[in-house]
Amino acid sequence: MAQPSIELVDVNKWFGTFHVLKDINLSVNAGEKVVICGPSGSGKSTVVRCINRLEEHQKGVIRLEGRELTNDAASIASIQGEVGMVFQQFNLFPHLSVLENLVLGPMKARGLSREVAEKRARHYLERVRIPDQAEKKPAQLSGGQQQRVAIARSLCMEPKVLLFDEPTSALDPEMISEVLDVMVELAQEGMTMVVVTHEMGFARKVADKMVFMDEGEIVEQAAPEAFFGNPQTERCRKFLSQILQH
Amino acid sequence: MMKPLLLLASFLLLAGCGSSGTWGWYVINPTTASGWTNIKFLVSGMGQTILISVIAAAISIVLGLIVALPGQSSKRGWRFVNRVYVEFIRSIPLLPMLFWVFYGLPIVFKSMGLNIPIDPFWGAIITLAISDSAFTAEIYRSGIQSIARGQKEAAQTIGLSYGQTMRYVILPQAVRRILPPLANQFIYIVKMSAFASVIGMQELTRRANELVVTEYRPLEIYTLLIVEYLVLVLIISAGVRWLERKMGSDERV
Repeated sequence: MAQPSIELVDVNKWFGTFHVLKDINLSVNAGEKVVICGPSGSGKSTVVRCINRLEEHQKGVIRLEGRELTNDAASIASIQGEVGMVFQQFNLFPHLSVLENLVLGPMKARGLSREVAEKRARHYLERVRIPDQAEKKPAQLSGGQQQRVAIARSLCMEPKVLLFDEPTSALDPEMISEVLDVMVELAQEGMTMVVVTHEMGFARKVADKMVFMDEGEIVEQAAPEAFFGNPQTERCRKFLSQILQH
Repeated sequence: MMKPLLLLASFLLLAGCGSSGTWGWYVINPTTASGWTNIKFLVSGMGQTILISVIAAAISIVLGLIVALPGQSSKRGWRFVNRVYVEFIRSIPLLPMLFWVFYGLPIVFKSMGLNIPIDPFWGAIITLAISDSAFTAEIYRSGIQSIARGQKEAAQTIGLSYGQTMRYVILPQAVRRILPPLANQFIYIVKMSAFASVIGMQELTRRANELVVTEYRPLEIYTLLIVEYLVLVLIISAGVRWLERKMGSDERV
């Protein structure tokens, strides 16, 4: 069997004395799409933030493509950039134009020439369907456009894995679908994705695996049909009924 | 509010014109040859005041950043270095520090086998720069901290190193919030540069002191001295306000 793209084995994390992640075991194969859901404070964001080392775990092992994440600066640097991340708050660089946001990583971290980096940037701007906004500043774009720029910025690093931390939670309702459409396309093209979201329509459409978390634990892990059709635990059933009735 | 002030001002001026002898504006009366010479002598210190202030401010801006960066580190040791420097330097009054640098530092150098003389010019600059750097470091700190954590995280996720994150992402944004208070800090340096007079630096205050000794007209001469600083600071303040407007207006575009 091929080695998983991401593997978490008995991962534990504490914020001070607060036990945020309890024995997390999760494996994501190349090309697989995993959707993590759960009530707020359940630790789902912390899981993805541990995968790209924005947070440090204290116990257990996280492997990316078979390499273990350590505190070694070189290993952190090599991981960040290979694992793309899309944030809830977009986190675009407000002082730079859209194009500069996109070429910064490829030029500075990857050492590409401006010409190559810009060509790549324009390619991905087209992919997220905003080819004509390259010269604007992020604040001149709508929320949905900003999030699509953020996705393009991640794609410009040509990551092996793309993590999404509630990518549509900060958006006005009418802008959610334009971001989800882009994400569905990415999923169909075979990108390995871990998505923290409450968008269950999106989850049904693309997820290979659903993960339900509560109080720092993975409570359920299942294929979407089983997950939605026949949740095994009371907690998961209750959560689903709450978010699906809208 | 204005009325008593005007009354007071006109009283003081009239008193000077009279022969009662309390004021003697003649020492700096530009219409007389000796008064004009005195004024030129006093104002000629302006160049040195500006020069030591500008050089000290320039050093302080660089030094402050060097001090501020370890304060942002996730490593406790680095943050400790930053805190010790800031708390230590900030608590030393300028005048004792000036004496220590001017009279003490050459002895330290000599004991290390180095022959580095410290003249009033560099003694003043070193003291002003170091003393001010603790404050500029704090200005940098608040400026850097005001940039949301998400910016740093976003920079990390596109593979930027710490140095690249600072250079391309954090500092360009922080600079807009840092520049106005830094410019304000420059006003502080200009005023504190008056202390350089005590180690013989030929700047505004020294000139005034020397003229007082020969003319024995402290009231008039120090009044003019204050006006000189006032004009200097007002000009800088206008510059700061211009800078703030410029920075504020293009914040998001």
